[in-house]
Amino acid sequence: MDPESGMGERVRHIILQHGRLPTDIQALEDHADLYQAGMTSHASVNLMLALEAEFDIEFPDAMLKRSVFQSVASITDALERLQVSAA
Amino acid sequence: MSVAIDVDAGFLNGIRKIADEFAAVNADDVDRKARFPVEALDALRADGALSALIPTELGGGGISFEAVAAACFELGRRCGSSAMVYAMHQIQIACMTRHLADAPWFEAYLRDVARDQRLIASVTSEVGTGGDLGRSNAAVTPSRDGNATFEKQAPTVSYGLYADDLFTTLRRTPDAEPGDQVIVLTHKDQMTLEQTGTWDPLGMRGTSSPGFVVRAEFSTDQVLPTPFPIVAGESMVPVSHLLWSHLWLGIATDAFDRARAFVRASAKQRPDQVPPTAQRLSHLMSELSLLRAEVNSALRDFTEASATPDRERLSTMASILRFNNLKIAASEQAPRVCQGAMAIGGIVGYKNDTPFSVGRHLRDTMSAPLMIANERIHERNALLLLIAKDV
Ligand SMILES: Cc1cc2nc3c(=O)[nH]c(=O)nc-3n(C[C@H](O)[C@H](O)[C@H](O)COP(=O)(O)OP(=O)(O)OC[C@H]3O[C@@H](n4cnc5c(N)ncnc54)[C@H](O)[C@@H]3O)c2cc1C
Repeated sequence: MDPESGMGERVRHIILQHGRLPTDIQALEDHADLYQAGMTSHASVNLMLALEAEFDIEFPDAMLKRSVFQSVASITDALERLQVSAA
Repeated sequence: MSVAIDVDAGFLNGIRKIADEFAAVNADDVDRKARFPVEALDALRADGALSALIPTELGGGGISFEAVAAACFELGRRCGSSAMVYAMHQIQIACMTRHLADAPWFEAYLRDVARDQRLIASVTSEVGTGGDLGRSNAAVTPSRDGNATFEKQAPTVSYGLYADDLFTTLRRTPDAEPGDQVIVLTHKDQMTLEQTGTWDPLGMRGTSSPGFVVRAEFSTDQVLPTPFPIVAGESMVPVSHLLWSHLWLGIATDAFDRARAFVRASAKQRPDQVPPTAQRLSHLMSELSLLRAEVNSALRDFTEASATPDRERLSTMASILRFNNLKIAASEQAPRVCQGAMAIGGIVGYKNDTPFSVGRHLRDTMSAPLMIANERIHERNALLLLIAKDV
């Protein structure tokens, strides 16, 4: 598995557990809007906390924005900027 | 720069005159009868004040946000209900002027507002979701001819019967999730409003805010293109909290002024003694200055954050917490100041028909903590505090 898809899978798994989406996360494209798919702002904070725990990172305030948590792709991108490796 | 300052100063002079000559003289009657403050609103229309925030390119006044906030304060000193109507209208205008990108219909509409001084009311709360701005039940529903309809059960619509247009939050489509919202502007002649209750509240009686079932049929151009969660975060929430706080500060300031007039009147009767109420007035001044400091610093923070590229700072958690805190602090402090003023005036403050009456002030500001329930805001803050870094 290449490292990027590995990260994407881990992110999807955390969204499945904490995003409380009414739809099936595996059916969503990487760029699909999670908020439109039914993620509430409450669930998005739970997701941020779970991502911090899973990847042992802290999102700086500048990253704690709606746009950063909008899709699997934008989350993966943010994690890469924080130099998280998928290993 | 100096031209802009002159324009703002001229606007505020006009507002002070309207506040004194129309809002103040009718405030008690508006309150007693729980009637719309028609005199003040007619005067504001005649002055062009309903389009103050609209840029001059679109025919508006091009007045700064700071000056409009000051106008809410000035009106609040004379009639809380008139100030609230004015503030709510400006909140809707701010949501449009700040999110005009790719919205030609809304540009044309704002020109109409400027020309005809149209008054806009808001339908955000809904039976079932209460004061939760971020969720809707009612939805934009496609109809024949590519138009759309909605039906919304609205528990409280201020000046609904007097507004020319309504700004309504809705789910994007009948299948959309409750948080996938848009905001829609509809005209009086596109709607029916079926009143579902009466309006006989404790305070803010002149806002005339009964419940309605609102039904509308409209063109899909009338849906603001920017998704509502972005409009709410960058504009509707902070602007509401700022303009409301300014008018609550205005009401509290007038209550303080009335208590001070009472203390001065007693001092004049016995010029050789400092009346005991003077010391309580000093305590009250400290409370009022805390309120004023919070309101003024929040306005500065908002102006600075709005000037960051893409208003980036306004979408941070620190910023959400900051303006939530303004709302909680100001809504609790304003009635506290009014109650302190009543304690100083004693019976003449308590009675409704003396120059020192502050009953209306107290009742009006008691609506502040429940206009978007503070506990709801605390719940949201509690969640954000779990993840925000700089607060
Ligand atoms: C003067 C005035 C004018 C208004 N004008 C308009 C208008 O023009 N348009 C419009 O759409 N709305 C308007 N509103 C409605 C307003 O914006 C709020 O939506 C409304 O006051 C909230 O109603 P609520 O108390 O039933 O709601 P809720 O927010 O549902 O609160 C109900 C109760 O539950 C408590 N509560 C709520 N959430 C929590 C929580 N998370 N934890 C603990 N307790 C909680 C609250 O403290 C409250 O006691 C107006 C209100 C007022 C007072």
